[in-house]
Amino acid sequence: MQPTDVSNPDYYHKVVDCQWGCPAHTPVPEYIRLIGQGRFTESYMLNRESNVFPGVLGRTCDRPCEPVCRRVRVEGEPVAICRLKRVTSDLKGDVTDLLPKIPEEKNGKRVALIGAGPASLTVANDLMPLGYECVLFERMDRPGGLMRTNIPSFRLPGGVLDEEINMILDMGVEVHYSHPIDSLGKLLDEDGFDAVFIGTGAPKGKELRIPGRDEGGANIHIGIDWLESVHFEHTDSIGERVLIIGVGNTAMDCCRTSKRIGGKDVRVVARKSRPYFKASAWELDDAEEELVQIVENHSPSRFIIEDGRLVGMEFDVVEWAPDESGRLVSTKLDSTVIPCDDVILAIGQDNAFPWIERDIGIEFNEWEMPIVDRTTFQTTRDGVFIGGDAAWGPENIIWAVEHGHQAAISIHAFCEQESLTDRLPYGMNLVSQKMGLHSWSYGSAYDESRRSQMSHVDLVERFKALEVEVELGFDAEQTAVEVARCLNCDIQTDFTANLCIECDACIDVCPVYCLTMTENRPEDELRLNLTAPAENIDQDLYVSADLPQTARVMVKDEDLCVHCGLCAERCPTAAWDMQKFDLLIPYAGKPTWTKTPETELTTSS
Amino acid sequence: MTQTAKPSVRHPGLKTNKLGLTQRDYEGTQSTLCAGCGHDSITAAIVQAFFELNIAPHRVAKLSGIGCSSKTPTYFLSEAHGFNSLHGRMPSIATGANAANGKLAYIGVSGDGDSLSIGLGQFCHAMRRNVNMLYMLENNGVYGLTKGQFSASADVGTKAKRGEENQMPPIDPASMALTLGASFVARSFSGDRKQLVPLIKAGLTHRGFALVDIISPCVTFNDHEGSTKSYAHTREHGHEVVETDFVPLLHEIQVEQDHGASTAVTMHDGSVVRFRSVDEHYDPTDRDAAYAHLKKLQAQGEVATGLLFIEPMSRDLHELENTVDEPLVEVPFEKLCPGSGVLAELQSHWR
Ligand SMILES: Cc1cc2nc3c(=O)[nH]c(=O)nc-3n(C[C@H](O)[C@H](O)[C@H](O)COP(=O)(O)OP(=O)(O)OC[C@H]3O[C@@H](n4cnc5c(N)ncnc54)[C@H](O)[C@@H]3O)c2cc1C
Ligand SMILES: Cc1ncc(C[n+]2csc(CCOP(=O)(O)OP(=O)(O)O)c2C)c(N)n1
Ligand code: SF4
Ligand code: SF4
Ligand code: SF4
Ligand SMILES: [Mg+2]
Repeated sequence: MQPTDVSNPDYYHKVVDCQWGCPAHTPVPEYIRLIGQGRFTESYMLNRESNVFPGVLGRTCDRPCEPVCRRVRVEGEPVAICRLKRVTSDLKGDVTDLLPKIPEEKNGKRVALIGAGPASLTVANDLMPLGYECVLFERMDRPGGLMRTNIPSFRLPGGVLDEEINMILDMGVEVHYSHPIDSLGKLLDEDGFDAVFIGTGAPKGKELRIPGRDEGGANIHIGIDWLESVHFEHTDSIGERVLIIGVGNTAMDCCRTSKRIGGKDVRVVARKSRPYFKASAWELDDAEEELVQIVENHSPSRFIIEDGRLVGMEFDVVEWAPDESGRLVSTKLDSTVIPCDDVILAIGQDNAFPWIERDIGIEFNEWEMPIVDRTTFQTTRDGVFIGGDAAWGPENIIWAVEHGHQAAISIHAFCEQESLTDRLPYGMNLVSQKMGLHSWSYGSAYDESRRSQMSHVDLVERFKALEVEVELGFDAEQTAVEVARCLNCDIQTDFTANLCIECDACIDVCPVYCLTMTENRPEDELRLNLTAPAENIDQDLYVSADLPQTARVMVKDEDLCVHCGLCAERCPTAAWDMQKFDLLIPYAGKPTWTKTPETELTTSS
Repeated sequence: MTQTAKPSVRHPGLKTNKLGLTQRDYEGTQSTLCAGCGHDSITAAIVQAFFELNIAPHRVAKLSGIGCSSKTPTYFLSEAHGFNSLHGRMPSIATGANAANGKLAYIGVSGDGDSLSIGLGQFCHAMRRNVNMLYMLENNGVYGLTKGQFSASADVGTKAKRGEENQMPPIDPASMALTLGASFVARSFSGDRKQLVPLIKAGLTHRGFALVDIISPCVTFNDHEGSTKSYAHTREHGHEVVETDFVPLLHEIQVEQDHGASTAVTMHDGSVVRFRSVDEHYDPTDRDAAYAHLKKLQAQGEVATGLLFIEPMSRDLHELENTVDEPLVEVPFEKLCPGSGVLAELQSHWR
């Protein structure tokens, strides 16, 4: 293998599994260490820099970081990264003075933002400090998008949402509520915006066109519309027996909301079996804790109507098996009827752009979706950008935020008449963490604790009102445990080949057999000839330059390193060093490698 | 000295041996030697060899004298029996222990100071008696523990850290062992795990005294330029005489691949040591030839490594003395101490 090029920030970034897995590349281990030092405000602000809504995301994030957490590979359960984010929001101090400063003097550019969801709000967050005038149009009478109208308040209290949205709106965003844009052409022609960002989400719930749909209409609801109507208090009750069709995250919110407004026998009915469910495992757990029944392998065939009223649903009971091409196909085994009073359809969302004319230079594809550039987020019309669920269909909040960051970079480049495609690369800083002969600036010891369980409000109490938040947040002890469980993956093992005297000390001390000195070979052979075979090919091998005495190479399998620092501590020549990796993420008008997040925080607090 | 203890976290895919133990179960407590000390590397080789031989740690006795090297039994096989003797006195303790219980596996760890200065006499007699043990002589050319004075194995002309040259001729444990009739003589280098592990396994299996003299650089006091026992010097001047592979009895059937021009030596228990001469016509079962070859290489400034000599069917202390097979603890008390009547009768024979 070629020696590894660690000067490319991607190499070390990938070692920080959570940060690499996070769409916004939040520096997770760094914010966790700040929590450990009791620096909640700094930790919150560090989060905010990349993910903008730490309080919201600390409760609701899809957490792509957790399944990839190194701790899963080491002992089975990830660090509770998401809930630690909530800790920063719960315990932070006043952040007013730490928020980006908004210049009095504007730069003369006006940007229209359509829809007040997390995507548009992030664009505003990134552009306001650069002197832009941001004008936000929202069809509803309040901001937040689906975070507001669909995520139930027992998961995300309105106050948390208000606080974080206001941090952005208070930068001086010009907001027009109850102002649906019904013609983009008109907006572009008449209002003289320098750029337009479309963040209107995927607002249309999918239909289920089977017999009885129209006759039973009064008791058959579209999930996202129904949740919205509960939020606006247009709906405050539901029948005792409720069926939720679909088993994604929307279904989870529908069944739990039903439980709070009259549903007693609430069942979620899925066409497939558990391993194929779309809902996150923890949302399923939370629903089952509330005694929601999950029914597998039931494919809806018709609504049963009696005397013009919905009384039940008929299902094919099916079995799934792969066909020759490996695709799962179902075979009907039986059919069955489940009686019910109401049905909620939670089988997906579609985009809809009736308000974008098809002759204004914005091209649509065969599925009636606008064509959007994956890097620049620009449509085929210069100066019109799209992000969030509106771009390529429903995702989640953290992706909407990341789209917002990228679109803001593009809008800024567009307004400055710079190239949209020459994007600034990520940068990095590496700083040795050595404090003394045997001490590091971070807690290098491995902590054996198992993952802390989130405490919940008891069942009786939580059903008393819709807005009783179920999760209590971590207490001090749980927080301390989770902080200690973090493996500090951003503290990198950095190797200098020409210092090595090949004494084997590092290899022998490594508790998880990461290291090997061996003759260089092609990667597939090397992987099998290490102290422990490197079977996880998703994880890189580090290969050093030739070692001075024997011309062998030092190989490190990144898979299971617990960043204990023992290799560096045992090395007599400091050929290994533990160095903190800071990923420098470019934002609009802000190539951060002239100013790292940390120095910014320490000077402003 | 490392202060952070090696954490308990383990590689989830760790292999187990026939006893269901992992290699980490053969470790000891965290080493307090200097980072980079060759002795630590030897400790790791010992851990690997015992693990691979499926030896139950509690069936092992580890003994040592005084020195950095002699501290190392603490760092492997926590579950084994241990004895840390007076400086240079480990061989007699080992001899006594072995005489009382020949059923344990004996490993003695010593240094060049411990074995070649204060303990030279003891060392010679253990070889002469062919005590059934593996004797690891961790040879760094200095007294590491007392801050780097030349030891009796320092070569003429080798330089101390401050520059003074050694003038006394060295005692070479390997050539001495050959002349004293040792039945297993090997030499290796702490930095060559591939060579060292099979030698340790063969030495443990050999019935009789197995000496492994291991060049083991002292990073703190003897790893500078001008030292003949540094990592760099040993790598440059090491000369492998034979390549050795140890084939335990139970695996014999599976190892019928091509061994090139290798020669097999069968041990007491039926396992096999296979060697391939790197130097033409070298035969490690010919004591005189081995001695001559060793001396020849020494004159050229080279360090002969590998399995230098083996007498596979040697007779150990118990066979020579015709003592009981069972450990004395297992011999019934009435038999072990038959009483004054039997003694009186015995004595009456000589009256
Ligand atoms: C029930 C449910 C639960 C969810 N739970 C989670 C969760 O726990 N975690 C998570 O990460 N994600 C969750 N999501 C997904 C997440 O809410 C969305 O991915 C995210 O809000 C998308 O953000 P966005 O800014 O693209 O659009 P949206 O949040 O959809 O916001 C779009 C806004 O645009 C407005 N708008 C639309 N058309 C117009 C127009 N023509 N003119 C003016 N305004 C307009 C809308 O009123 C809305 O306010 C959930 C989604 C649903 C449906
Ligand atoms: C009876 C006695 N004499 C002298 C000493 C001092 N002493 C301690 S260790 C040592 C030499 C150890 O050298 P070596 O066996 O080569 O071990 P190393 O530290 O080099 O591994 C000496 C002379 C002692 N402990 N006891
Ligand atoms: S930090 Fe070093 S010793 Fe610790 S697990 Fe990683 S490679 Fe092994
Ligand atoms: S401990 Fe240091 S000098 Fe020794 S082998 Fe490892 S990297 Fe090389
Ligand atoms: S002084 Fe020398 S022999 Fe002793 S521990 Fe340190 S390096 Fe090893
Ligand atoms: Mg010594």
